Amino acid sequence: MEKRSVFKSTWLPIVFALPQLTLILLFFYWPVAAVMNWAFTLEPPFGGAAEFVGLDNFREVFHDPFYWNSVLVSIIFAVCGALSAIFIGLVLALAVDRQLPGSGFFRFLYILPFAVAGPAGGIAFRFILSPERGLAAILNSIEPDLWNPAKYGSHALAFVIMIFIWKWAGYTFIFLLAGLQSVPRALIEAAAMDGSGPIRRAIDIQVPLLAPTLFFLLVTMMTEGFVGSDTFGMVHATTAGGPNRATEVMVYRIVDEAFHGLNYSGASAQSIVLIGLIMVFTFIQFRFIERRVHYK
Amino acid sequence: MKHSALRAALAGLFAATTLAAAPAFAEKTKFEFWHGLSGDLGERVQEACKKFNDSQADFEILCTSQGGYDTTLQNTIAAYRAKKQPAIAQIYDAGTLDMMLSKAFVPAKKLMADNGYKIDWDNYFPGIANYYATAGGELLSFPFNSSTAVIYYNMSAFEKAGVTAKPETWEDVAEAAKKLKAAGYECPMAFSFDPWPLMEQFSAIHDQPIATEANGYKGLNAELTVNKTKFIDELKFFKKMQDEKLFVVKTKQLGMDTVPAFTSQTCQITMSSIADHGTVGKTLPEGVKWDVGMLPVFKGTERKKSLVGGASLWVLAGRPEAEYKGAAAFLNFIAQPDMVQWWSTVTGYIPVTKTGFEAMKKNGFYDKAPYKGREIAIESLTLTQPSENTRGIRLGNFTQIRKEISTALEAIYMQNADIQSTIDQAVERSNQGLRRFEKTYAGEKLN
Repeated sequence: MEKRSVFKSTWLPIVFALPQLTLILLFFYWPVAAVMNWAFTLEPPFGGAAEFVGLDNFREVFHDPFYWNSVLVSIIFAVCGALSAIFIGLVLALAVDRQLPGSGFFRFLYILPFAVAGPAGGIAFRFILSPERGLAAILNSIEPDLWNPAKYGSHALAFVIMIFIWKWAGYTFIFLLAGLQSVPRALIEAAAMDGSGPIRRAIDIQVPLLAPTLFFLLVTMMTEGFVGSDTFGMVHATTAGGPNRATEVMVYRIVDEAFHGLNYSGASAQSIVLIGLIMVFTFIQFRFIERRVHYK
Repeated sequence: MKHSALRAALAGLFAATTLAAAPAFAEKTKFEFWHGLSGDLGERVQEACKKFNDSQADFEILCTSQGGYDTTLQNTIAAYRAKKQPAIAQIYDAGTLDMMLSKAFVPAKKLMADNGYKIDWDNYFPGIANYYATAGGELLSFPFNSSTAVIYYNMSAFEKAGVTAKPETWEDVAEAAKKLKAAGYECPMAFSFDPWPLMEQFSAIHDQPIATEANGYKGLNAELTVNKTKFIDELKFFKKMQDEKLFVVKTKQLGMDTVPAFTSQTCQITMSSIADHGTVGKTLPEGVKWDVGMLPVFKGTERKKSLVGGASLWVLAGRPEAEYKGAAAFLNFIAQPDMVQWWSTVTGYIPVTKTGFEAMKKNGFYDKAPYKGREIAIESLTLTQPSENTRGIRLGNFTQIRKEISTALEAIYMQNADIQSTIDQAVERSNQGLRRFEKTYAGEKLN
């Protein structure tokens, strides 16, 4: 029988857990309760009588065609951004894991973008990829409007997704590299002895063994794409949701309505819908993808 | 025995407290001032605070930049709800109605009367003060950094293109733009999607309403009406000019905003705030001749006054009495003519009082090179008596209305959307916001 150490008294574990519980209570449950309160009432920003309006705020949100537009934009953003960031992180990690000369330098280099705050990255890319100046202007000298995120919604969306990938590929890279290093060398060497090349080995051995890490990254990256504060920062610093709402992701819309429009009630209702959507997405991921993940 | 010991102890305690209280009495009353200016302008505000602190020994003002106008309003709201509000907050034009309905402030008149200052309220230019006053004309906050929109011309380019006179009307501007284009200038005029000059200022100077109920002054049931006014004609005119490649869109997203486009001489005409007068003068290379003018009107229009922009200072309720003494002293200090002139010189904002303006005019301030032209802003703001269409805009949710309009303009000028239906939609959405605002403040009356 397995030997376990158990706390004899009941209050001691509670005391140990107290700091964490307080933090969760203060920074999660309290704000959520406040948001719930806002979502069902209308209250002047400076305070005063909050009028209970039932589901009016939600009705208004659901009747707004541009709200559904922002849901769609958010889904495209999160799915494309998350999958690409994981894929690029994986390719880079596989390359660095081969321990070729210079891999230490590249490991450092690939992690670097993760250290840059989203808005700062956004501003840098705004200069690099602005259609009339900067590097991207060269593209337009080949043919006008070949690249114009200020004009075409699709270009603008690709633009913000690119910044997301640029930053988060560094993050997925760290996790995947750590995962790869725990793959037993003997397996790879055995496969190499049998004559399989690096790509074959990656597909048949390394990636399947990385499945738990990949699944973890999928969930966290999707969530980041939907609600990450950096996602807001990137959009805010580059396109500001434009042109004509093409890059208005849900989190940008919420912050904009709450803090610029002072419509705390509407923004709270949208937050609750967003939380619900993330729960649905995470559920789908656990229900259908996690089944194919083997942890042992 | 016991009694005397107690008495001695009490006496000692008393002495100790009075001793401790004595230096505390001499200590300055500190109070906070939150403002929304950053960079060069933010430093000028700090300088004004320092001047106040050096000028007297009773109060100490602590000035903190909140980074921007909108964040200042947000932070003020959050602080007020947490009962940690500053004594004075700088709130921008679009936040005026939110402040008025908040009941979270001490009216300007009451503050100064309570603290024994006699202020000649008529000294404020009515064209400026009315934006921040009740419909009855009582000033609630202190106009501080005020501006209005003007048009900037590169006169050196005009000379090369053979344009002799400064344009007065949009037709003149179109004519000048054609000549500039013919002379090889790629971008005669730059414009962006900022509704401040395009919608708000345009409507005022063309005597067009922006909303019903006297632009919102008469009640919270106001509705936006810009889809039925000359604003639409203006947008059509701009579209035509854009198609002829005479007016060119310049935004941050494209790589360069309108003012940098003007100062880098990429574009030769642009509309902007008079507050940029200093920056433009400093940034344009020496020898380039440039000038400002009142915003153009369409031919045959009887020009009205333009609207004031910028921000005003609100004194927030719920602070200790001593802080209000300090706040009143500070507000009185910055309204003195020499301070008004200093502030106007170093920033480019216009003087808000008649005496301040007169003093500057007498000093010859507006005759000399770097400041010449700034009087255009005062002229534009005081051109006619404030009327229903030119007094100001009192609409709730106005930040979002501006955003709806600028998104519509983006759709029109970047993606070729139909002008009328796009503006109709923006107006409809803005009105939904206005109705929600009305509901949020159910039962409130504008006075």
